[in-house]
Amino acid sequence: MLLSLMIFVPLLGMIVVLLLPRESEELIKRATLAFTLVPLLLGIYLFISYNNPNLEHLWKANAPWIDAFNINYHIGIDGLSVTLLLLTALLGPICVLASWRNIEKGLKAYMGLFLLLETGMLGFFAALDLFLFFVFFELTLLPMYFLIGVWGGPRREYAAIKFFLYTLFGSVLMLVAMIAVYLNSNVINGVAEGVRTFDIPTLITLAGTTGHALADSTFQMWVFLGFFIGFAVKVPIFPFHTWLPDAHVEAPTAISVILAGVLLKMGTYGIVRINMAMFPEGLAIFTNGVGIVGNSLALLGFINIVYGSFCALAQTDFKKLVAYSSIGHMGFVILGLAAGNSAGINGAILQMFNHGVISAMLFLLVGVLYDRAHHREINGFGGLATKMPVYTGITTLAFMASLGLPGLSGFVGEALSLLGAFQEFELITILSTIGIVVGAAYFLWTLQRVFLGQLNPKYEDLPEINRREILTLVPLGILTIVLGIWPNFALDMFSESVTNLVNVLDAI
Amino acid sequence: MEPLKNIESLAYFSPEILLVVFAAAVIIADLLVKNRESELVAYISLAGLGCSLVAILITNSLINSNEPIPLFFGMIRLDGFAVFFKILLLLATTATILFSLRSEELDVKLKGEYYALLLAVTFGMFLMASSTNLLMIFISLETVSLTSYILAGFLTHSPRSSEAAFKYITYGAVASGTMLFGLSMIFGMAGTGDLSQISLQIASVLESGGVSTLSVLIAITFILAGIGYKIASVPFHMWSPDVYEGAPIPITAFLSVASKAAGFALFLRFFHVGFGKPEILQSIDWGFILAIVSALTMTVGNLAALPQRNVKRLLAYSSIAHGGYLLMGAVLLTPEGLGAIFFYLIVYLFMNLGAFYVVVLIANEAGTEMIDGYRGLATRAPLVAGAMAIFLFSLTGIPPLAGFFGKWVLFYAVIGEGLYWLAFIGLLNSVVSLYYYARIVKAMYFETSEDTNGLSFSTGTFALLSVFAIPTIFIGLLNIFYTFSDKITLQ
Repeated sequence: MLLSLMIFVPLLGMIVVLLLPRESEELIKRATLAFTLVPLLLGIYLFISYNNPNLEHLWKANAPWIDAFNINYHIGIDGLSVTLLLLTALLGPICVLASWRNIEKGLKAYMGLFLLLETGMLGFFAALDLFLFFVFFELTLLPMYFLIGVWGGPRREYAAIKFFLYTLFGSVLMLVAMIAVYLNSNVINGVAEGVRTFDIPTLITLAGTTGHALADSTFQMWVFLGFFIGFAVKVPIFPFHTWLPDAHVEAPTAISVILAGVLLKMGTYGIVRINMAMFPEGLAIFTNGVGIVGNSLALLGFINIVYGSFCALAQTDFKKLVAYSSIGHMGFVILGLAAGNSAGINGAILQMFNHGVISAMLFLLVGVLYDRAHHREINGFGGLATKMPVYTGITTLAFMASLGLPGLSGFVGEALSLLGAFQEFELITILSTIGIVVGAAYFLWTLQRVFLGQLNPKYEDLPEINRREILTLVPLGILTIVLGIWPNFALDMFSESVTNLVNVLDAI
Repeated sequence: MEPLKNIESLAYFSPEILLVVFAAAVIIADLLVKNRESELVAYISLAGLGCSLVAILITNSLINSNEPIPLFFGMIRLDGFAVFFKILLLLATTATILFSLRSEELDVKLKGEYYALLLAVTFGMFLMASSTNLLMIFISLETVSLTSYILAGFLTHSPRSSEAAFKYITYGAVASGTMLFGLSMIFGMAGTGDLSQISLQIASVLESGGVSTLSVLIAITFILAGIGYKIASVPFHMWSPDVYEGAPIPITAFLSVASKAAGFALFLRFFHVGFGKPEILQSIDWGFILAIVSALTMTVGNLAALPQRNVKRLLAYSSIAHGGYLLMGAVLLTPEGLGAIFFYLIVYLFMNLGAFYVVVLIANEAGTEMIDGYRGLATRAPLVAGAMAIFLFSLTGIPPLAGFFGKWVLFYAVIGEGLYWLAFIGLLNSVVSLYYYARIVKAMYFETSEDTNGLSFSTGTFALLSVFAIPTIFIGLLNIFYTFSDKITLQ
């Protein structure tokens, strides 16, 4: 019940906000903030009270929805989803605050769509029914399309439709795979008996039952690919990544934050929840085999890391740089998952959370600068440290966290991912560390170009970061430091589920 | 059950009789009413549809769910299948009349004829949904076609409309001629016009070697030409963009929904009852032909829609594509496939009619059918733009809108039969279709127009708009719409 409340309060908020008069903008903003604070409080409560010795899903709700296809409204959380639910709920109010002053037209529609987006994201992380999972996954598309297309930058139309087409392409493949799984869910030893099901925990059990159609390794390979491409577009994994820089550059600040902070994680979360847990045999073909195919997942991670980092190095647009660095950092998640061992998967999931926090900070910081200077050209600044010391300090923290400075959160996730990956793919892992070096290079170089050196006279009276903006950054900054020093704060939530998953993977 | 004789059948035929009576009433009323602005005839037509609906519900309560009632010595049949389509067609006609009331392009001098013809075409479609005899099938098809030709050319002052009617007749004549030839071949082989007998007869002559499978296949292909023309499937679709573009918008909406639904009713009954027996299916794989036709229809429709700048024409191509999606459900004639077609038709009725209603509104208020005319609609008429966005994304098949669930049941049926390639083509087509539907959304939401004056609409307009928009949001989310199609069986 609490979980359903958390998911649908933003939807209720959307209806309320849409009914408010257009002119009362303050009221609209406050209402939206209130409706995003409710999920945050619930998220914190769930996170703190989460105690799960038996590795079952908690806070479950299960009600029949569409009987004809045995589709149920089945939700629940485990350590993995509670972490990402908290991240989503945390970024909700932060994004509302980040949109406080810079949405010039259609504020009501903007806030309404944002709340709808939040419902989609929260529902996605809580869904335990494959169909429901898919519907929530797709529910994020429409609001995102409008949020980029209406409130975005100059090339917003192109970016919005590109984002939409790419994701839709991925999800139709997922849909085929989903139907295939459903149709085979009652076939044992070639005989169909009983009812078909979309229930994720049940399907995971069935896929591990000898003789069941879902356990067949060829079948698993095909459905693995179907789901994987769907999620790969979202992550994004090379070569499906080209929508991301466009979408990020054009999207308004808060939407970039959501995009990098949560939407990309939907892809990797899906890979863990569906691809790895449900189709371990399919996974094994791409991680434990020989040659290119046998190492393909790790190779994709490696390409993301190195390619993303080098692309970031070449950017002169601040936001595009952060966007490409996201591609690079998501590569560590893929690499860690490909390793399939305890260190790798724990590192990958931790990296998902950390990247959500850090990239959200980075995009917020880019937004702060853009709101003042109205451009994001890295070479157009210089010496800002003297004018905006606080801003410079927070940016440095975010940069250091992102480039993986020990003591800050970015380091732990990446280090664990690499540690896990090294045990499985030595050469690929060694080569992947190039990405870390390049990462340090572009962040430090950007730091130098924007904040150090001669102050550009145009920006003599650039105002310092204000209290509202600091308020959006502080919780994220605290999390980066806390998770850097005490990663178990998050790791403890999901490490037991990971152990379970590793046991399943090892059994193959 | 023994076929009923003529007089006994009349009671079960009351929905159709009422339509004819009211069509006559419309003509008489038109003669008596002097005021050309009066909408009396439209209201008489609506009353006729209302009475007919009541009659349908009463006759529905008379039929035992598993036993259809053959009427007029077995020429037509009353069963759940026919009732379903009659209600669907009735809703589409009602919507068309309501659109016509608000449309400003129709000639006020010809009101009487217009509404009488609409009732007549509905009558023909009722017969299409219930015919079980080759002769009756052809007659009902012709009734619908001839009246549709006139309706398509109803804008007497518009050359485009005349062109539409002319093209419609030319293609129609060829298609029905071909179909008639195919029907005569079947009649020659089976020795009977009764659909349920045909399947047994054909199976036995095939077995005895009396006729070759090739000749049956040729006959089926000829008949497909006639039906394919009605549902605008490739390669018999060429008439539809021109006709849809030239015809009055309410008639375009009507043709794209009702005409297609009636075509599918005829199609399903003909193939399911006449050629659905396993003995025939194993020697003649017409399902495969249908699968190819389906794939081509949706692909051609979608690709042709991409460059369109006229919204009406764009929706014409889109409706060709939707015909292709619907055909997927017909490929193997499984119960799932049939149920999927029923479900999709309901969804399609609401979303497509809704989209056409917006086209009517914009044509009235902004005087254009081009996509450019939709620029800035989000600020000029936010509710209309919002509703249009809902219809268009539902047509694309984006959850949680009903169009997604419609596609879901179709793809489920197709994949259930192992036709992964067809499902794959269908899904890729959905992705392609997003591009052109989104172009209208883009114009409405992302672009601005020089003319920023708000458009004003009456409360009735919003009420009618929500009649289409609300089901488009909720049909797929509610359990009940998935279960009723199980009750419609086709024997």
